[in-house]
Amino acid sequence: MPKVKMPRKSTAIDMTAMCDVAFLLLTFFMLATKFKPDEPVTVVTPSSINTTLLPDSDVLLFTVDKDGRVFFSMDGQAKRKKMIEDLNSQFKLGLGEKEIKSFITGASVGTPIKDLKNYLSVSEDERKKQGLDKGIPTDSANNELKTWIEYGMAAQEGNFSKLKYCIKADNATPYPKIKEILDTFKEKKIQKLNLVTNLKAAPQGTAAWQEEQAAAHGKKE
Amino acid sequence: MAEMDTSSSGGGKKHGGTKSKKQSTRVDMTPMVDLGFLLITFFMLTTTMSKPKTMDLIMPKDTKDEKEQNKVKESTALTILLGKDNRVYYYEGLAQDPNASANPDFFKASSFANKGGIRDEIIKKRDEVAKLRNAKGEPEDVVVIIKADDDATYANFVDILDEMAINRIQRYATVDISDQDKTWIKQTEAANGVK
Repeated sequence: MPKVKMPRKSTAIDMTAMCDVAFLLLTFFMLATKFKPDEPVTVVTPSSINTTLLPDSDVLLFTVDKDGRVFFSMDGQAKRKKMIEDLNSQFKLGLGEKEIKSFITGASVGTPIKDLKNYLSVSEDERKKQGLDKGIPTDSANNELKTWIEYGMAAQEGNFSKLKYCIKADNATPYPKIKEILDTFKEKKIQKLNLVTNLKAAPQGTAAWQEEQAAAHGKKE
Repeated sequence: MAEMDTSSSGGGKKHGGTKSKKQSTRVDMTPMVDLGFLLITFFMLTTTMSKPKTMDLIMPKDTKDEKEQNKVKESTALTILLGKDNRVYYYEGLAQDPNASANPDFFKASSFANKGGIRDEIIKKRDEVAKLRNAKGEPEDVVVIIKADDDATYANFVDILDEMAINRIQRYATVDISDQDKTWIKQTEAANGVK
């Protein structure tokens, strides 16, 4: 009986399909990705059942960390440019080209205005090292938060109606600090604020949950 | 297609060196796949898929004028106090009457627990008030007064505002805490052995 010879198969695998999938996914993630904006501090926001999305533009965002330090950030490089130039001429900060550029392209800032030149002249890592991230003063004697709101508004070029004021605070931020900030807004006659939160599901059996259920059933029919 | 070409290695020597070797068109794609997956991993980890949500907070106007201030009826009000360590205290009414606290059951403690917490109290009060009728014969709306003590955290504040959204309470307000409320919180804490 002749021996049945098993053909020796190569161990190599056709990787084209895998390669295709990999690059398809890669393309998707590259296009869908939006980098996390770098924050000077980590903030863990509380959760709520609200589903309103945080808008991308026309936002003045105040980040408050758990020690109560306040940081300011705003979108739009043109707006940021106008704002820093206004601040520079008003407070006679003597900012150079480099510091202005650092503000325009940078993320959030949180320092007393008098230290702004020093703050902007160093890199973000340096700021952390030198302890320059002191936050914007909000106490009643020296409430610079008000200044930031005013100049932030002035930089919007008359587009006030769309402007949103967001507060992003940490779970552990003490309430008196939040109250100081809320009072500042109240003083500026700004009554509509947005608090940044994470999404959580409405608890079962509550009014919000029942509405959600009703909406879901309504869609099916 | 993309397999490693193993056959060509060393096989060409047999026929003599003159004939030019026929090159395989197959390309080894392993490094490319490696790189592809490396990049995918990077983008997957850096990407933020869930955008942050926002909660609307509308603050009342500061009016010094008594007439412009909304009057809240004692019978429709529920006052909630936020204390330290995620504790919640509440009482019915506004406690403008100094003798209100004479009743030992007046000032009560609760928590943010899903069952038997402050939510049950809000629902109870809301349903009770809905039975009341105002001068026009319409059902009354409960008014929740939120007062946060200095030891409360932002999480407590958002949680209680969230409770308003969860239970669809239309009328609520955050008010500065009074000294009387602070004293009551201290007394309750002392009575329960909380430091």
